[in-house]
This record gives sequence, C-alpha cells and structure tokens, in this order.
Amino acid sequence: MEHYISLLLKAVFIENMALAFFLGMCTFLAISKKIEAATGLGIAVIVVLTLTVPANNLIYNNILREGALSWAGLPDVDLSFLGLITYIGVIAAIVQIMEMILDKYIPALYSALGVFLPLITVNCAIMGAALFMVERDYTFSESVVYGFGAGVGWALAIIALAGIREKLKYSDVPEGLRGLGITFITVGLMSLGFMSFSGISL
Amino acid sequence: MAEITAKQVLFEPIFSNNPIGLQILGICSALAVTTSMNVTLVMSLSVIAVTAFSNLAVSLVRTQIPASIRIIVQMTIIASLVIVVDQILKAYAYEISKQLSVFVGLIITNCIVMGRAEGFAMKNGPWLSFLDGIGNGLGYSVMLLFVAFFRELLGAGSLFGFTLLSPVSEGGWYVPNGLLLLPPSAFFIIGLAIWGLRSWMPEQVEEADYKMSRHTHKEAF
Repeated sequence: MEHYISLLLKAVFIENMALAFFLGMCTFLAISKKIEAATGLGIAVIVVLTLTVPANNLIYNNILREGALSWAGLPDVDLSFLGLITYIGVIAAIVQIMEMILDKYIPALYSALGVFLPLITVNCAIMGAALFMVERDYTFSESVVYGFGAGVGWALAIIALAGIREKLKYSDVPEGLRGLGITFITVGLMSLGFMSFSGISL
Repeated sequence: MAEITAKQVLFEPIFSNNPIGLQILGICSALAVTTSMNVTLVMSLSVIAVTAFSNLAVSLVRTQIPASIRIIVQMTIIASLVIVVDQILKAYAYEISKQLSVFVGLIITNCIVMGRAEGFAMKNGPWLSFLDGIGNGLGYSVMLLFVAFFRELLGAGSLFGFTLLSPVSEGGWYVPNGLLLLPPSAFFIIGLAIWGLRSWMPEQVEEADYKMSRHTHKEAF
C-alpha cells in the first residue's frame, strides 16, 4: 500500500506532467484563461488518463511486448515497434467511446466536458503518460495509480494557472510581454515552486 | 492570401509567423529536450522530417480522404512516420535516442505536425505543403536551438559538448548556473524570447484585456 501512495504523490507533485515534463503544454496555455473551463478540462484529463494508461498497459504486456504472444504460440514475436501507433489508436478510440457513453447516459456531464474531449486525443500528457508507463515498466495496478496521479497533477497545475491568469489580466504588463510571454514566465515561476517538492519520498 | 509563393511558405514561419512564438503550437515537447545542443539538434531534425513528409503525404491523398475520418487518417500517417524516425534513431544514434526517451514518440501529438497537416496540407498541393512542413519545422528548430544555446552555455559552460567556459569544478573560472539545467529556466527563456520577438515585430503584440488609466491623484506619488 505504501508503495502505491508514494507512487501517487510522486506522480502528482514531484513529476508533475505539466510543470516538470512540459507535457500537454498547448492545451495548458490555450484553455487556462478561465477557471471554469480549466476545471472542466482538468477533470476530463483525469478521467481519460485513469482509463487509457491501464488499457495501454494491458495491451503492451499481453500483445506487444517481446515474447508476450507466447500464449498464442508465437514466443519469438516482438511487436514493440508498433507501440506508438497502437497507443494513439487506443487513446482515440477510448475518448470516442467515452464521448458516446456520456452522451447517452450522463448528458449533463457530456455537455460540461463535450468540447474538451476531442482536444484530449492530441494532448501530449495522455500520450506521454502511456510512454512513461512503458518505459518504467509499471505493473497493471501501478499503472492505474500512475494514470490517476498524473491526471490529478495536470489538473492541479492548469486550475492553479487559470486562477493566476484571471487576476493577471488586470495588471499592466509591458507591451511585448502581454498574453503569451507573461504566461510563460508565470508558468516558469509555478514550475520553480513545484520543484520544492523534489526530494520528498515516503 | 491570394498567391502564395514557395519562398513565402518556406521562410515566413521562421520569424514572422513562428509556430511557438505566435501560433502557440508544439510547445509540449519543445522544452524538455533543450538542455544540450546535441539532443536538441537531433530532435529538431526529426521534427522537420516528420512535418515535411506528413504534409507531403497528407497533401497527396487530400482529395481521397472523407472529411469525417480525416483526423484518424492524418494521425495514422503521422504515427507511421514517427515510428520510422524512432527506429532510425535507435539504430544509428542509440545514445541520443536514450536521452530523448519518450519525446520522439511525442512528436505524434506535437500540435505543429497535426496543425499544419490539417491547416495547410489539406488545402494545398504537395510541393507547397512539403515546403510549408520544412518551414514550420525550421521555425520550431530556431526557437528550440535558441533556448538550448543559452541553457547549455550558461548551465554547463559548453556548446555541443565542447567546453567553452571552463567550470570551477574542473579548475576553471566559470560557476555554472544550475537553474538553467532545470525545467523552469526553459519557460523563462521562451517568455523572454517572445518578448524580444514582439518588440522587434510590434504587429504581433496581443490586445490588453483592460486599458490602464493614468494616475490622477497627485497624492499617490
């Protein structure tokens, strides 16, 4: 149990997707002007990451990995070069299915998340989490915890940035720095803040 | 945009329509790979290759793709190209591909590639699209190399692995600025680079949400 809590904290704070690995930056900068929108996107990312990372973990360990196909009588086959295209396919499919299920059974949530779901397919944080999961060789239960933690960390970062930007628009920023420039510097300062978590381990 | 010339398509994205500085595209993977010039150069070349060839391929089949599934088709083309690049790097530059780790794979979700395929290659011929891919890849590379230049020079005192400012730890005079090797510095450098770019080309400045009024009360001073 302790191992999982430590993994969760590491994924949320120390290895924060947005601030330590710069993943999902495009949406991170584009959708962080208002807190409501940022919260919606953050929740959508948590849900998608918690689903896709374990799904990709199962596919990698049972189909793509070297020797994983021995149950089908093909012990020498190594399909790991197909990884990239499979993960993106799985992510796109899960997002699409989720969209349809939400539309049918939970329309309120669908209308809240609706616009953000398609955006998530091309969000680097989702793909990045899948690739990190493969690189670090997580087991299935570890991948569930990691996916959830990475999502929470990303959501935390975007909501915090949106909060800052809502206040920031009342400030008198030098002309060339207005908009994108000052946002980058703000994110840099946030990232510096999050670095103080590094070194913490349970 | 009535008549687009090849030259415009190739050179415009470098400064006046930079994908990172103005279009906010492809920042995701831009920052983590900029701690040393070697790694950055390889990353830039990979991105140029993928953008150019995916633009070319998408442009060639653009009349055949049904509109409703075009995203999936583009995604598949891009993913296949990235796999090729990844395998080449693993075969011929194993050390660097280890350092790039997941970021080669993340070229797939790099918004520049997808954005140019959707925004340019779907509407223009193969030759122009190919040049547009190279141009946008170059714009991305210029920004990346700029960031990497400062991070490696000031953070480690070297360029391309050759020591220029001999660090104190090896008996020299330069005290390396460790902050520049950490993630936050990349944000600061890009922020300042955008400031510089926009001061040079004032038409890129964004509108302010609120106009500041001047101080009217003398007591305030």
